[in-house]
Amino acid sequence: MNEPLIDPLVWLILLPLAWATLAFVLGPGRGGWLAIAGLVAQCWLAFNLAQQVSAGVAVVHAVGGWGAPLGIDLAVDGLSAAMLLLTQTVALPLAIYARSYFKASDPAGAGFWPLTGFLIAGMNALFVSADLFNLYVTLELVGLAAVGLVAAGGGAQQVAAALRYLFATLVGSGAYLLGVALIYGVYGTVSIATLLPLVTNEVPRLVWIASALIVSGLILKTALFPFHFWLPPAHGGAPAPVSALLSALVVKASFYLILRLWLGPLQSVLPAFGWLLALLGAAAIFWGSWQAIRAVKLKRLIAYSTVAQLGYLFLIFPLLAAPAALQAAVMQAFAHGLAKAGMFAAAGVLIKATGQDTVAGLAGAVERLPVTMFAFALSGITLMGLPPSSGFLAKWQIIQAALAQGHWIIVVVVLAGGLLAAVYVFRVLRLGFLSTPENVTFTPVSRVLEWSAFALAAASVLLGLRGVELIQLLGART
Amino acid sequence: MTTGFVFAITGGALFALGAAGIVLIGDLMRRILAFNLMGSGAFLVLVGLAQRYDVADPVPHAMVLTGIVVAVAATALALALVRKLHALTGEIELPDDADE
Amino acid sequence: MTSYELVPLAVLASSLLPGLIIFALPDGWVGVRTSLNVFAAIGKLGLVALLLDGVAAGENYGVRYAVLPGLELSLQADALGMLFITLSAVLWLFTTLYAIGYLEDKPRRSRFFGFFNLCVTATMGISMAANLFTFFVFYELLTLSTFPLVVHRGTDKAMKGGTIYLAYTLLGGTALLTGIVWLHHLLGHTEFAHAGIAAALGPEYAGQLKIIFLLLITGLGVKTAMVPLHGWLPQAMVAPAPVSALLHAVAVVKAGAFGIVRIVYEVYGVEFAQSLELLLPLAIFASVTIVWGSLRALFQDDLKKRLAFSTVSQVSYIVLGVALFGPIGTIGGLVHLVHQGIMKITLFFCAGNYAETLGIHKVSEMDGAGRRMPLTTLAFSIGALGMMGAPLTAGAVSKAWLIDGALAASMDWAVWVLWTSSLLNAAYFLPILWRAWFRPVPVAWPEEHIPRHGWRETAWLLLLPPLVTAAATLAAGTLSDSDVTPLAWAKLIAEREYVGRSVP
Repeated sequence: MNEPLIDPLVWLILLPLAWATLAFVLGPGRGGWLAIAGLVAQCWLAFNLAQQVSAGVAVVHAVGGWGAPLGIDLAVDGLSAAMLLLTQTVALPLAIYARSYFKASDPAGAGFWPLTGFLIAGMNALFVSADLFNLYVTLELVGLAAVGLVAAGGGAQQVAAALRYLFATLVGSGAYLLGVALIYGVYGTVSIATLLPLVTNEVPRLVWIASALIVSGLILKTALFPFHFWLPPAHGGAPAPVSALLSALVVKASFYLILRLWLGPLQSVLPAFGWLLALLGAAAIFWGSWQAIRAVKLKRLIAYSTVAQLGYLFLIFPLLAAPAALQAAVMQAFAHGLAKAGMFAAAGVLIKATGQDTVAGLAGAVERLPVTMFAFALSGITLMGLPPSSGFLAKWQIIQAALAQGHWIIVVVVLAGGLLAAVYVFRVLRLGFLSTPENVTFTPVSRVLEWSAFALAAASVLLGLRGVELIQLLGART
Repeated sequence: MTTGFVFAITGGALFALGAAGIVLIGDLMRRILAFNLMGSGAFLVLVGLAQRYDVADPVPHAMVLTGIVVAVAATALALALVRKLHALTGEIELPDDADE
Repeated sequence: MTSYELVPLAVLASSLLPGLIIFALPDGWVGVRTSLNVFAAIGKLGLVALLLDGVAAGENYGVRYAVLPGLELSLQADALGMLFITLSAVLWLFTTLYAIGYLEDKPRRSRFFGFFNLCVTATMGISMAANLFTFFVFYELLTLSTFPLVVHRGTDKAMKGGTIYLAYTLLGGTALLTGIVWLHHLLGHTEFAHAGIAAALGPEYAGQLKIIFLLLITGLGVKTAMVPLHGWLPQAMVAPAPVSALLHAVAVVKAGAFGIVRIVYEVYGVEFAQSLELLLPLAIFASVTIVWGSLRALFQDDLKKRLAFSTVSQVSYIVLGVALFGPIGTIGGLVHLVHQGIMKITLFFCAGNYAETLGIHKVSEMDGAGRRMPLTTLAFSIGALGMMGAPLTAGAVSKAWLIDGALAASMDWAVWVLWTSSLLNAAYFLPILWRAWFRPVPVAWPEEHIPRHGWRETAWLLLLPPLVTAAATLAAGTLSDSDVTPLAWAKLIAEREYVGRSVP
């Protein structure tokens, strides 16, 4: 086989590893430019890869020349290409944001670049892994890097949040690992491609147990209600660029894994859990929105909004018979990824400017920080699912899939969730529109911060006009 | 009942014990121990169930080795965080999470 | 891209781009912002004239863009859309001029004009939308871009009004969306067509189609301010006067009424809607609103609130006309879409002038205002007489057609509704006119901001727009037989909607 010199698959993993290591060597808080340069290249690679996949080229790479079953295979299809694209395109603006967010001497930014690099390498590796055990390793890599980022703030609350997150993520991946062990015990392989024909409609009880373990481990890591307890402190307490990375990307990784197994090797087993997951998803939408409506702190509000928005991802599981459901899930992952990154980034600006992390402190923000509030509003439009945003397309697709299969209840949940989102988004915006109180001062904030938040938020809305390409990518047959 | 199966059953029991420990125990040091117990349980299942033939299967061994590396890393991170928490608060239990 | 595709896009861009540029301008750049606003409004008028000419000649201006497979954003200039777009574009120019005068030296002007321009962009999109999906996209954009205008003053009271406005419109939007996805699910598309598209479904879908109709009308009824969905409109009166003009005449309530016209004629088709027995309930719904709005207006002392309840009543004339089965009623309803806009905007301009010049906000403070501000009061009188349906005004024309339409549809009770409403209109407008013209001038005005300069009773930018729209009210009333009036255009639309029927 004639290997191309630059195999995007491999470089998407190697590049972030490389700049993360270099940043570590350079010392605390340094290496931001390297990361940005690396991410630019990664973006290009991910686009390139998506184009190849869209055109129907099969992209597989056997690491070190060893193929399955002994070696590790990396493979890309439409779904993973889409997730890779999402990761790089969200990470790049966030890197630009973080570089001006963390002052050179800020201890909170000391470990940011190496940890972010390892995090992204882990995510990219996860999206292209083609065997269950390698997926476990990448899952742990992502989890540990994310915990490190949460702890980076250094306060007692943040360390506690990191520990809480660490134990949640370890139990989650432990359950996943036990499930994988059982599957290996039954079938003697962990390769997704090899498992696919082996797991039939008649499976031994052990496989049921394994599936239940895997799904519960993964929903714990995705923070699906009622396993969301760790998310609000972790995402709400971390520095803004970290919150953005975690909320926008990291929780999507374990969701991707459920989806991958659902559509792949465990397709005859997992659908039995469909309505349970949808029920939890609906509960997440209501509970998360309700907590966001009540939250005192701005970032807490946004973190609870993540809990709610993740709920939409799980509504699609009973509907996966219709292709629109998968499209809806990926569209929602993109919509939420971009919008939430933009919203946390905007919140970071607001907190820097007002010096406090409370919703009530935002009075007058529209007048003082119009770009940032615009970014917040645009992200909000996507989260509410108003047209023409990508969030709207995601909702439209879920509703169409639900109607086609006669599941009215899901339509109702989706529409009600949009209204609840409007309540917490406008809770923030209406305060912003108040006249500035006289005793309040706003610290000037770097324009880079404002505009990178804006770029993410605007992208989440404008993506609503490019749904066709994304769906084409998902539908690509390789 | 083969030896492998006994290992697997034991592993399952250890996993359950460890998981229960992580959920129920407040003391963070003991929680970290519980996590290690849970991990070992999973490794035992992995190795034990695969022992269906006379010849040892090398693949799960490789996996368990990798898994141990991951577990060591996770334990180290957990210990570092607990130390930091202790330095900050003087406690080795998690404080209540509050939105204020 | 051909010019047939480009012109509709240019109509959108002619307010979208200036809007975005204006956001970026510092507040102090008055000259740049003003010229951008005025040139954009004039440019848009030119583009609309071009479209109008083309549509009259039967040319096909349209553009489509797929956002998902089977889901397209689609703009198309047709006769019905042109009626609304022309109204908005013309009134837009005057509202912009008025707003420039009104906001002189007030803070946050760039933000105001930015959202102002987004609003009119949304209105243009609503007019040209060729399917329900596109309509919905711009309808929600209108909601979002009017919110900052309603809360513009940044006071707690403004925030309360804005919150109520949002609550109503977002709930309405959700009802509308539910109807749209449902319909899209049944039909596979939601393209507007003369004589409707819903009839393509078999009789077994009649039940579902009725529920969908209810959802769509509820969603649109919020913006149309139909009772009991009208609660936001009086609350939104906290907004500055140009915004009230925008809400009541140019964009918001009109968008709702226009949507109802589209649903009845081009989604269901008027004949099919009649066969599903949907028109009678709609007519009753409208009639209740007409009478209730007028009754409530009687008891408002706040001038703008009185006008707001008057809008509640008057906009439903349009809906009533639509619900009267037969081309005459249709013409009456459509022509009132335009006439109500011209008359109501006159009244709001004048109300704004009283408030800005003399600090008059209440009907009870109006004594002698006609002596101090004769031109404004003249314009106000023409608008008010028009609302009552007095001869020689635009209101007389719409009312005559509506009454004929009701008789032709053998719904005699609707005639009584219209007469009752006229009487009530007189009852709440005539006392204002009497106070303004015949009561003595008070010792001091509540708060005189702008002193008189010779014949100029207030700033000329505040005076010019109401005089022009008042003149238009008279022109539409007296020249109704000529070929260039809204009436002639409404007849053209009725001809196209009632395919194969004779239109008077």
